[in-house]
Amino acid sequence: MKHTTLNRIGFQFLALLLAFGIASLVLLAVGASPAQIYKDMFGSLGTKGKIADVLVSWAPLLLATAGLLITFAAGLWNIGVEGQITFGAIGTTLVLRLLQNSAMNAGFIIALSIFAGMLAGALWAALAGALKTFGGVNEIFGGLGLNFVATALTIYLVFGPWKRPGTGSMSGTQPFPEQFNLPLFEGLRLSPWALIVAVVGIVFVSFLLQGTYFGLRLKAVGKNFRAAYLLGIPTWQYMMFSFLLCGALSGAAGALQVTAVYHRLIPSISSGYGYLGLMVAMLVNYQAIAAIPVAFFFAALNIGSIQLPIVHKLDSSFSGVLQGLLVLFILLAEGARQRLTPKA
Amino acid sequence: METALILTGLGSVFFASAPIVFAVIGETIAERAGVINLSINGMILLSAMGGFVVSFQTGSLFAGFLTGALIGALVAFIVAFSSITLKQSQVAVGFVLALTCRDLAYFLGNDYMGKGGPRLPAWDLPVLSDIPIVGPIFFHQDLITYISFLMIFLSWMWIFRTRPGLMLQGIGERPASAYVRGANVNLMRYAYTVLGGAIAGLAGPAYSLSVKAGWNGTISGLDGFGWIALAITIFGGWNPLRGAFGAYLFGLLQWLGLVLQPSLPNVPSQVLQVAPFPLMILTLFLVNIGSTEWVERTLAAMPESSRRFLTRALRALRASPPASLGVPFERE
Repeated sequence: MKHTTLNRIGFQFLALLLAFGIASLVLLAVGASPAQIYKDMFGSLGTKGKIADVLVSWAPLLLATAGLLITFAAGLWNIGVEGQITFGAIGTTLVLRLLQNSAMNAGFIIALSIFAGMLAGALWAALAGALKTFGGVNEIFGGLGLNFVATALTIYLVFGPWKRPGTGSMSGTQPFPEQFNLPLFEGLRLSPWALIVAVVGIVFVSFLLQGTYFGLRLKAVGKNFRAAYLLGIPTWQYMMFSFLLCGALSGAAGALQVTAVYHRLIPSISSGYGYLGLMVAMLVNYQAIAAIPVAFFFAALNIGSIQLPIVHKLDSSFSGVLQGLLVLFILLAEGARQRLTPKA
Repeated sequence: METALILTGLGSVFFASAPIVFAVIGETIAERAGVINLSINGMILLSAMGGFVVSFQTGSLFAGFLTGALIGALVAFIVAFSSITLKQSQVAVGFVLALTCRDLAYFLGNDYMGKGGPRLPAWDLPVLSDIPIVGPIFFHQDLITYISFLMIFLSWMWIFRTRPGLMLQGIGERPASAYVRGANVNLMRYAYTVLGGAIAGLAGPAYSLSVKAGWNGTISGLDGFGWIALAITIFGGWNPLRGAFGAYLFGLLQWLGLVLQPSLPNVPSQVLQVAPFPLMILTLFLVNIGSTEWVERTLAAMPESSRRFLTRALRALRASPPASLGVPFERE
């Protein structure tokens, strides 16, 4: 047992080395110095403000990952998560728009709008789930198509019915009055509420998957659909429910993007957290709690790469390259370990 | 005058669909062998960028297309290696590669954004291009479009009319039987995945050196093509002819969207651009609905006359995948 763990760590270390090695070659190809780039990326994270910025993107990323761990357990590739975040943001914006002139307590309205975001995310996920269950449309394609539809809907709203006074622009809708923003830490862009929601989300999922009978049966559905069905587990209901839960959690991520970060609806409101969440979920493989540090590391790479266009005139997509290479080599290393390690 | 305009328009549909045709045929070949290459959306962006940059630097169009095919082959090799040799999930590896290749294309192509570069010249085929109607539609194209026409028929012939093609169907349907018949299943899967990747890799340069010459990063209008191609592969029932039909149908609808746009001034162009995606869901829905359990049950309960009609309609639409698609093969 101990031997296996050591073995695994060795292979993962090798994967890390290879990923950074290839990424360095990519940097050399555009004439940059890898040492300098890594130093600038990670060095820029030294200040309190930057750490707060990392946490600002950590919270929605963690929520999306939490949702995806549920659909992963059910054996589903919920690529539609990106659209579920977007649709959640739309739901939140809708409720805030409807109620911002009402006499209700602002805090209550925010809570209501976040709830609406979760509902909207679940709704969008239910659509992908229904297409899969009743239409035979693979969730990868259904979800992907719905992602593009959700983005188009956002753009339509931003430029059409919800455009800011004057002409609509890519900078989004009119920002909401300050009382409808989640409170921030003094002098930072980070809201404590975002952190609380994210941590509650991941702990909930961890408990659900590791500590409940439901989680166990859900994993049975994911591991062997046919066997689970024969065992009497209502398989399609379980799958549908996992879609709903994932949609609600990613909808919460979208709601936070509106209430805690942008205070309005913008065209790229999901910020790619859905796709990034898929990668994090692949890496942590059922170990929900492990998503906390992994998502933090990925968020840090995102924030660190903001420096690249400013200082080095390089595209910030480098963080995506590095994240992708890391996941790829970890997957390959796991395969190599299983192949090279003699079975006991 | 009107007719000439429409003929040119139809000709442009076949021209603009060439990248999708390459992608669909490449994917069809790989999936026929039993391997899903989910990476192609990112791979096509990378090969479009790579093909353009190499052509730009060397001045050789041939080098550009060769680069595209090599990138496609290399990415497909990674998919094959990780799924066949390392037994990892094809979906996981393919999806990660799709995202990574896309970011890699944007990162490496940053310096070449918006630069004017080489472009494949139009080449009217002598004699054939003078045929009325057919000539203006099919034979006022460029070389890569002619190659795309040729590729449709060659791949169809290979899969359905040759002995090795029969073996290719075998390793995707019943690898165990093919193995008993003397086929080296895993080696053939490697070969066809890499070959399919190389063909799909031509889609990139066919775009960046022909359809819309140049590299424009995130606004190239190419992102999403690969996902559409994967859906068309299913719509095409893993048959190059039906797949090409799907690709041209998609091209036609896109062209109609462009033609209709001026008469719909209230719809932002970004909204029309995503129209293919709900359409993709709808076609997959129509193709798959006949195979779902509840439809079969409902049909069985229906009166004879209406049942026969519905069953026939659904069967005509239905496409079933190679039986061992995505399933690794192991000798017992």
